[in-house]
Amino acid sequence: MREIKELLVQKINELLDNGTVDRVAGWKAGEFCYDAAPAVFTKENIDELLYNGFCGANQSKFLVNAATTENRILALLKPCDTYSYNQLVKEHRVDPSRVYALGIPCTGMVDVNKIKALGITGITGIEEDGENLKIATIYGDASCKKCDVLLERCMVCKGKNHVAGDEMLIPDEEAPETPSCADRMAEVARLEAMTEEERFNFWREQLSKCIRCNACRNACPACTCRTCVFDNAKSGLAAKVNNTDFEENMFHIIRAFHVAGRCTDCGECSRVCPQNIPLHLLNRKFIKDINEFYGEFQAGADTTTKGPLTSFTKEDCEPSIVMERGE
Amino acid sequence: MLKIAVNEINRLFDAIAAVENLYLPVEKGGEVEFGAYSADAKVRLDALQTVKSAKDMFFPFSENLMKFHVEGKQISVEAAEKVNEEFVVFGVRACDARSFSILDKVFLADPVDTYYAARREHGVVVSMACSRPEETCFCSAFGIDATKPEGDVVTWVADGVLYWEAQTEKGAALTEKVAEVLAESDSAAVEAQQAAVKAIMEKLPLAGLDLSYFTSRPELEIFKRPEWTELSSHCLGCGTCTFVCPTCQCYDVRDFDNGHGIERYRCWDSCMYRDFTMMAHGTNRKTQVERFRQRFMHKLVYNPKNRDGEFGCVGCGRCLKKCPVNMNIVKVAKTLSAGGEQA
Repeated sequence: MREIKELLVQKINELLDNGTVDRVAGWKAGEFCYDAAPAVFTKENIDELLYNGFCGANQSKFLVNAATTENRILALLKPCDTYSYNQLVKEHRVDPSRVYALGIPCTGMVDVNKIKALGITGITGIEEDGENLKIATIYGDASCKKCDVLLERCMVCKGKNHVAGDEMLIPDEEAPETPSCADRMAEVARLEAMTEEERFNFWREQLSKCIRCNACRNACPACTCRTCVFDNAKSGLAAKVNNTDFEENMFHIIRAFHVAGRCTDCGECSRVCPQNIPLHLLNRKFIKDINEFYGEFQAGADTTTKGPLTSFTKEDCEPSIVMERGE
Repeated sequence: MLKIAVNEINRLFDAIAAVENLYLPVEKGGEVEFGAYSADAKVRLDALQTVKSAKDMFFPFSENLMKFHVEGKQISVEAAEKVNEEFVVFGVRACDARSFSILDKVFLADPVDTYYAARREHGVVVSMACSRPEETCFCSAFGIDATKPEGDVVTWVADGVLYWEAQTEKGAALTEKVAEVLAESDSAAVEAQQAAVKAIMEKLPLAGLDLSYFTSRPELEIFKRPEWTELSSHCLGCGTCTFVCPTCQCYDVRDFDNGHGIERYRCWDSCMYRDFTMMAHGTNRKTQVERFRQRFMHKLVYNPKNRDGEFGCVGCGRCLKKCPVNMNIVKVAKTLSAGGEQA
């Protein structure tokens, strides 16, 4: 990671110096060793740029509002971020001519909450040690397997290839291998195998934790409506709380419907949820069904292909089949 | 001081629940929140913090104020019943325990918020000292003693034993009601734990957080600092920081059409939201920079200015843990304090 960071700083300085871009959307160190906050840099403070195993935040949605100036902004995109970026370009939410997209390699981002959930708290330092993490705490040293504490999206990594970018920091084929720790659809399949009552209880337990902070919606690269229906006083749906069990369930299910076919499975919704609701599972269920009904489809794989839910072909499965499946 | 073995703690909970409604940290869907005690509740006294703070017990996330029933041309109004039974909130940490006195100054000042006042009157706070603070904790910056929290009763868990000490009349009254399950004890184990935890508190990375900049410089100077733009650049405008905060006190009052009538309720609001304090002419904070600045000016400047130097923060660290873009009150305070010294 250290060599990559050096290469990256060198490349950024080159792009700033030759006027390709005038600022950089990157990550900045914070209070703790695992603290990597999204931040904007210019030539003056580029020394503060950070790139390590905690830079999980997907920067692509930031570009919706940031990439609006005459001068281009440099976006540092990890392989999975490029899917979100493509999707935003495809939906005309980000103008690629205002962005210089630099593909950067990634070997998996750590979710510190998963480390804390193992009972490792009071963290003062985290170091990679092969497949393990060595963790220093005020209560003594600890360790855990990196694969156990990666962000959900990294457990089921889409791979080291970027699907967008004006330039790659290093060619994808030379990039280090990415982790693969879990089967992407295993949890969806587990939920599908449940009885209706079990599945209902699972989701009630999870969704009843929701505090309607809107972090999932506001972080989601597919949720880019200028005024969300749930914020629009004229919609009759605006609320700052789930008034009933029904609203509690439907807020997230409707949101999943709204992004179906466009969700790249970037997992920001689950990453930012203060209640750790596994929201990505709703999206994955849609993805699994879309793949089964209309053939394999990955949203954001490019900027031109029509999505299965926004185009009609004679090969599309009959609505009755979809209906039957939903019963 | 009284005590009970932790492996017999259900006897204590049952004794409290027999005479009062008992709320304590319980696990639901993998997360810990204050919830009602029951025989099958998964009680998590080991959790350092609940996701929402204990303010939820006195100023709930959402509460009904009244209902309107419509039948033909007849509209009847039914006021919501205020809390009128005693209840116990068990396991409140020192930071959350302090937050009540901050909230009191808002809700119990004239005009008194009768819903909040009813809960404060009937609620008994059983606090719990911290035995394992985390790197995100900085309650000591506000003079809070994590090893002896405020509250009607204070408890400590050390070496498999829960120690219990009443601190107020309310606490003494509760102690009497559950005395049969508690045994007399000396305080040696508690004192040993207090000394050990105090040593840890001093080693915490945020222990020496200095907020003097915010009480020593003119309000307008702080308000006009250019750093607000950069600090708020990635703010998503979500309500996470405000909803997990023990001292955030803003609420909205809305009507919910349940199909048969209207329920008027109040719920937590967030100054991070675009429609916060929306008025007929629009909003007076049009950008996220302004909304972001309002939140921290309130906590770090307006609060101490108007409330005898008391900050609107208790150092619980929830916003440090939960902000989706890793921005929080500590970064704001440090950034502005550092730049302020140069100014």
